[in-house]
Amino acid sequence: MKITIWGSRGSIPTTGPEIKKYGGNTSCTSVTAQGWQLLLDAGSGMRNANSLEMPMHKRLDILLTHLHMDHIQGLGFFKPLFDPEMEVHIWGPASSSQTLQSRLGIYLSPPLFPVYLRDLPCKLHLHEIDNSTFEIGPFQIKSYYVIHPGPTVGYRVIENSKSFTYIPDHEPALGIHGLATDPFWISGYDLAHDVDLLLHDAQYTVPEYAQKKGWGHSSMEDTLRFAARTGVKHLLLGHHDPGHSDKKLEEMLAELKLNNDYSFEFELAKEGMEINL
Amino acid sequence: MTITIQQNCTMAAHEIEIILNRQLADCLSMPVFITDTAGNLIYYNEPAELILGKRFEETGEMPIAVWGTIFKPVDENRNPLSPEDLPLVKTIMHQKPYHKTFYIESLSGKIEKISVTSYPIMGRPSRFIGAVALFWDTNKE
Repeated sequence: MKITIWGSRGSIPTTGPEIKKYGGNTSCTSVTAQGWQLLLDAGSGMRNANSLEMPMHKRLDILLTHLHMDHIQGLGFFKPLFDPEMEVHIWGPASSSQTLQSRLGIYLSPPLFPVYLRDLPCKLHLHEIDNSTFEIGPFQIKSYYVIHPGPTVGYRVIENSKSFTYIPDHEPALGIHGLATDPFWISGYDLAHDVDLLLHDAQYTVPEYAQKKGWGHSSMEDTLRFAARTGVKHLLLGHHDPGHSDKKLEEMLAELKLNNDYSFEFELAKEGMEINL
Repeated sequence: MTITIQQNCTMAAHEIEIILNRQLADCLSMPVFITDTAGNLIYYNEPAELILGKRFEETGEMPIAVWGTIFKPVDENRNPLSPEDLPLVKTIMHQKPYHKTFYIESLSGKIEKISVTSYPIMGRPSRFIGAVALFWDTNKE
């Protein structure tokens, strides 16, 4: 299973020489194995995923964690959606009030976008999920709701006994006592438990998080605690704040390395990064 | 375009709707009890510990057969109330909110007037996950 990061910036696409190393595109990660491809989220990084070799069987699956703009804005610029030969499956969290189709259609329709969702040339299939298990080709996938404003899920992808968990937007430490010590009270626990690789929200410093509680994101410190309590083997810190330069991110990471002695590996998610499991 | 909905699966950890209700309960000064769909007590906050005479850290979750016998609900004439008359039991049975003022016999044997509001936790997209009971101290009225 090969994991490629196409975008790990949070909130809004960002550009400039000061963020060149870790990249400015918003959330998009591909997972490939045995000729099958999954795309996790459809942020602006999805445009770069156009360079992916399309599967021989002409099927592609896009798994959305939620429908905030920084996770769907790449859809309109992803070539397979405009290819009549392609069978595209979009999976996204169910809501209590509107269908996935109507919520996606808010973006993929004028005045925000010139092409309607229903007019996309590809063979489009929409799947509403909640706390679900399903299979796509060689991948076994679990989705669970996690703490983030609006319907939001995380994914655990298993292939050939290797596991990858993707929770780019998540605030498990929400509440006056922070992250629970009892795993049964930790949002996302089932997704991350003993996983080989976790890509997780780590947008803020501790002082920044104190000012932005309830916004749905995590401090790097809380994410490390989350990874430690769920038994993660390798952690990628992602959803970088648009205001954090490469230098700032590396200073934050250096401080974490200095002050923590976790047994698992942790590093910053970086645009273009490839990891084989 | 085709649209499908996937099947639910069970989790080891509590669902986030339950977790978020606990986080809210931790911030409140009134007693709050959270149960699963069968009525088993899965969390109670610090003010609720005073009523139960037990600490959540010590007891953890409590089966309905255990915690359901701690309270002795009675009416104004000290006649016992049946479980079906209690808001939380009704909420679990009917998945609707209820409110009732009645009396309970405290651990010391003293009769105290309380009001209880209960509501079901309905998760996305439309799942009954548990119930919450809030106790209001009517002595402060």
